[in-house]
Amino acid sequence: MNGDIACAEGAVAAGCRFFAGYPITPATEIAEHLSERMPEFGGIYIQMEDEIASMAAVIGASYTGLKSMTATSGPGFSLMQENIGLAVMTETPCVVVDIMRGGPSTGQPTLPGQQDVMQAKWGSHGDYGIIALSPSSVQEMFDLTVEAFNLSETYRVPTMLMGDEVVGHMWEKVVIPSPAEMRIVNRKKPHVAPDKYRPFMPEDDLVPPMACFGEGYRFHATGLTHDEHGYPKTQSSEVQTKLVRRLCDKIGRNADRIVKVEEVMLNDADVAVVAYGIVARSALSAVRKARQSGIKAGLLRLITLWPFPEGYVAKAADQAKAIVVPEMNCGQMVREVERVAKGKPVAFLSKLGEDPHTPSEILDLIKRCA
Amino acid sequence: MVQETVMHPFSKYLRQAMIPHIWCAGCGNGIVLNSFIHALDELQRDLDKMVVVSGIGCIGRAAGYTHADSFHTTHGRAIAFATGVKLANPELDVVVMSGDGDLFAIGGNHFIHAARRNIGIKVICANNFNYGMTGGQQGPTTPLGGFTTTTPDSNIEHPFNLVHLAAASGATYVARWTTLHVRRLTQSIKKLLQKEGFGFIEVISPCPDIFGRRNKMRTALDMMDWFKRASVVENFSDPSKAEISQEKLIVGEFVNVEKVSYEKFLHEKISHINEQAMKW
Repeated sequence: MNGDIACAEGAVAAGCRFFAGYPITPATEIAEHLSERMPEFGGIYIQMEDEIASMAAVIGASYTGLKSMTATSGPGFSLMQENIGLAVMTETPCVVVDIMRGGPSTGQPTLPGQQDVMQAKWGSHGDYGIIALSPSSVQEMFDLTVEAFNLSETYRVPTMLMGDEVVGHMWEKVVIPSPAEMRIVNRKKPHVAPDKYRPFMPEDDLVPPMACFGEGYRFHATGLTHDEHGYPKTQSSEVQTKLVRRLCDKIGRNADRIVKVEEVMLNDADVAVVAYGIVARSALSAVRKARQSGIKAGLLRLITLWPFPEGYVAKAADQAKAIVVPEMNCGQMVREVERVAKGKPVAFLSKLGEDPHTPSEILDLIKRCA
Repeated sequence: MVQETVMHPFSKYLRQAMIPHIWCAGCGNGIVLNSFIHALDELQRDLDKMVVVSGIGCIGRAAGYTHADSFHTTHGRAIAFATGVKLANPELDVVVMSGDGDLFAIGGNHFIHAARRNIGIKVICANNFNYGMTGGQQGPTTPLGGFTTTTPDSNIEHPFNLVHLAAASGATYVARWTTLHVRRLTQSIKKLLQKEGFGFIEVISPCPDIFGRRNKMRTALDMMDWFKRASVVENFSDPSKAEISQEKLIVGEFVNVEKVSYEKFLHEKISHINEQAMKW
């Protein structure tokens, strides 16, 4: 199957029962496939009037108790940003899939890009934390969609799956585990009577239990700054500080539990390549070729983009003499790598407007840095 | 001496912790909320099975004041959010209470598409002819020639006729009242809540402090006097001719038809697909 379909199947397997979206290349196949699959599981598929509405409907359905998702590409991702902020503020578990293409604006609808990875972190206004994952294969389009739902349910936070046109459209074999082999997480529910329920009162993990509409809790949620009861407190610096810090901290302080990377031959690496998404596949090939020619190269593949895997990058930077970062943009995650590389030289390899980097392009840079 | 506490019989419908409300003296929003609560009481609706959704603006706070599940969305997105709620659980009563700017400027696209799809959500719009919360700017319902803080030399845009727009978009129930028509409004909300499909009520609501004072209606009484003087009840008249002017303010029920709701179609389809699958 292709990556978009694997993503859709991952959603079904994770328990997603609500999809709202709007057609856009190269993510449309996710919607098409779910329009067929959702009803088979009693789930809802709806094509909304735009991506703004799609994101709003996803939040509404999640608050009504269904695991919910939307899928889009750059232009639609931009339109969703305000309501992604609402999902952050109201701590709504939901998954947003962005199959990245070339931008800005309408850009290159049929070509891959990695130009939205900073938008995933900073696209909505205000300070907040989100989670973003980066699949490198069709198998990971399935696996990480499941993981995205689990993380969004655990931390009550919108979780982004940042694919690209190549992983979305390429065909590979996928192993779909049986339900018994899969780890599925559902949001924690309140364990107090409705009159005692405070919808935004966190537990030790900084995440509040979540009631749903129609369960008799009769609670209020708002995009305004609110206290633990969900009531607006728009003039209080204390409430604003406590709420916004918690929205950041519930991701930041749980980063060790969230972050996933793949480390290949990094232990003795003089040159560490830090890559993600489809580019990491070329990077792996380049690293192997470098080893064959006697250069001690290694790969740090970022599976989690946000929260940024600072510890792993710092460790690779300690070991290596130089770091190579290939990205299909003008330099986005490389800024984060530079921030934690503590002065180690970081060589950036940009590629725009065509297929991803070839292994030999990355290998050339590894050789120059070795 | 022990003092007896007497609760207002309708206080159970309000979220006491969020009262007092933020509305200005003379504002019509309280009347809209009051009529809504009366309708709920007369219908004996179960508030455990009701979700009130609003967007941004003065009336947007009504969602929080109602003691049901409630959600205060981003500006303009109440209907899109409510669509997700209604489809996820069609058993719930889903009511959107918001203003003319929220529903018909920034949120206009969602309104026409929810009406077209015939999602069974119920929309109550308090129309005060301007953006009250931000201080009185021109909006999609400001009358031609009206004065606002952004049309100091009078408005040159044509306003929407909301009942015409709702009817043309496919709403199964469409009515317009003013806050002077409290009993008719309450009865109309009762009908709205009992519809299967998409329904819409426009309530012309006084905003003396922000809109009225710039338009020769400085007090709430001036505005109510206009409603009293100009209102004509023309039930089931052509909504395209339902004018709002100083001379004539046509109110009434314009549409009341039955049409299968989107969610009913959808859940029938889901059942059918699963029955087919069982046969295999």
